[in-house]
Amino acid sequence: MTQGQHGITFLEAVNAALREELARDARVVAIGEDVGRKGGVFRATAGLQAEFGALRVLDTPISEIAIAGVAIGAAMRGLRPVAEFQFADYMQVAFDQIVNQAATMRWRSVGGWGCPVVFRAPFGAGVHGGVYHSQSVEAFYCHVPGLKVVVPATPRDAKGLLKAAIRDEDPVIFFEHKQSYRRFRETVPDADEVVPIGVARLDRPGRDLSVITYGVGVHHARHAADVLAAEGVFVEILDLRTLAPMDRAAIARTVANTGKALIVHEANKTMGVGAEIAAFIAEELFMDLDAPLVRVAAADCHVPYNGPEEEAIIPNPDWVIAAARKLAAF
Amino acid sequence: VAVAITPKPQTSLPAQDVQLLRRVYRLALTARAVDERLWILGRQGRVNFVLTARGHEIAQIATALTLRPGIDSAWFYYRDLAAALALGVTPYEILLGALGRASDPHSGGRQLTAHFSAPKLGIGSVSSVVAGGLPHAVGAAYAARVLGQDSVAMTYFGDGGASSGQTHEAMNFAAVHRLPVVFVCENNGYALSVPLEQQMAVGSVADRAAAYGMPGRSMDGADALAVHHAACEAVQRARAGRGPTLIETRVPRMLPHSSQDDDAYRTPDERQAAAGADPLPRLRGQLMDCDALSDDQAEAEFDQIRADVLADEDRAVAQPEPEPARARRWLYAE
Repeated sequence: MTQGQHGITFLEAVNAALREELARDARVVAIGEDVGRKGGVFRATAGLQAEFGALRVLDTPISEIAIAGVAIGAAMRGLRPVAEFQFADYMQVAFDQIVNQAATMRWRSVGGWGCPVVFRAPFGAGVHGGVYHSQSVEAFYCHVPGLKVVVPATPRDAKGLLKAAIRDEDPVIFFEHKQSYRRFRETVPDADEVVPIGVARLDRPGRDLSVITYGVGVHHARHAADVLAAEGVFVEILDLRTLAPMDRAAIARTVANTGKALIVHEANKTMGVGAEIAAFIAEELFMDLDAPLVRVAAADCHVPYNGPEEEAIIPNPDWVIAAARKLAAF
Repeated sequence: VAVAITPKPQTSLPAQDVQLLRRVYRLALTARAVDERLWILGRQGRVNFVLTARGHEIAQIATALTLRPGIDSAWFYYRDLAAALALGVTPYEILLGALGRASDPHSGGRQLTAHFSAPKLGIGSVSSVVAGGLPHAVGAAYAARVLGQDSVAMTYFGDGGASSGQTHEAMNFAAVHRLPVVFVCENNGYALSVPLEQQMAVGSVADRAAAYGMPGRSMDGADALAVHHAACEAVQRARAGRGPTLIETRVPRMLPHSSQDDDAYRTPDERQAAAGADPLPRLRGQLMDCDALSDDQAEAEFDQIRADVLADEDRAVAQPEPEPARARRWLYAE
């Protein structure tokens, strides 16, 4: 991938990681609906079929169960498949294959069968996609032992983490927020950088409160931190990057540093990833807290197509700013 | 007084067919002997869950023997005990699993009875989700294509599994990409308690093959030679790059669905008819007709197999259960 003066977008980073891994390892394949001739509805696989052929970059029928199940069987028999779900909303169609099959494969065969498959999926709201092109479904999969769940926020992490996911021996679910795709450009090292799964990234140091977040929440938090900095409040941002396994040590460090934790995600609040983070902090880090935990999350609702209703339920930077101000003042 | 001796009707079969039938028969007896012990251990409360292959053995073995263990792959469902034996799984391993022993190589006693997994034999891990393994077989076939290997994936499912959406997606995917898969349906007429006519509006699972653009055959699952030849043809077709085949074998379910099922939804007549459709006596008769087996031999052989299985059981029972602390091992690569 040739980088412009200002680097590459998240989407270009995904494409570059796939291209480099397809070139590096003949076992890597990319399969899914429209990933071949079209190059993906978001262009994440653009140009790959022309370069690597129709067998390794395979257009499939609209069959999410088969996409997941074929990827699993192929992974068991020696490939490194990257299966794309066109939208994360459609992963539910293949829930059995991901949860009952991929996640249990190694455990139920006492280490006999590995399942090194990557399930990629664009997720998240804010594109007027309605209920079937907008959901944030990461919590479902974080609940299941045997899976790894990765949600990069930046181009550099997208590239490095996708490479790590493809090289991982276990099933990895790789969520790409649609609002991250073309948000900004970032220079990505030309070297073959692999970002380790399970390690959070301190996105911005601060002293007054910690925003613990991932995905589009990182962008909201950056915006909020800029606004609050002008008010003399310094926000620390922890980008979890991986939700399973979660980097609890990094959470402990930031909470110890600021004593105030604001958890932000776009997924629904109830039983969301933030609930686990909050429980962890309450159980293990209670004495480090100077204020009650705060969560900013979606309003436990399906995502509507129309603008006003969508805006009413999906967190935006203003929600984060308001919550951060209040927490800072506690 | 002259005694007229009527000679036994001689069936002439090619030597290799006789050899094959002999092999099928021995494996079927082994499956039957293991099956018998599992039910007894189940009634004794020493095995928690028994799933039986009884009645399906010949169809399973005749198809599985077309595979090259370790090169081809097999994707079973939970009734495929006899097919597993045909690929090299041993009675001892089956008993270890049924007893939940730590040294069960298939699942370390984590999965229910007959949920096999043997990477070296090409046997994928069985789940209890009916038809859940069909897409894996298609994936294995896709992997073979990408890696330039000539291996074939054979996958098994019941008439119940035929109703799953996974079956449709797997068959369509395999057919579209002409992948080397053989779909083997073991149609015993019952999805647990639901009879065939309440599962499908067509007469045969094989009828559906045409809609996917692949050949479909519906066969008597007790006819070892016919089933074997059909499976050979399907395997050759797959290996030649001509795509998948669906073979439906009609078999009796001689026993309840599982040890947790009372079979009360079948009338006594239906149960008796199923038990009476045992394919083993017919195979034995076939072997006797071509002088490949005598009554004495048959009895002695079964006695010996049963004794061997009992010895395996004694060994398996003596094995330890897993350490509780092992429970979270192999959630991820170690």
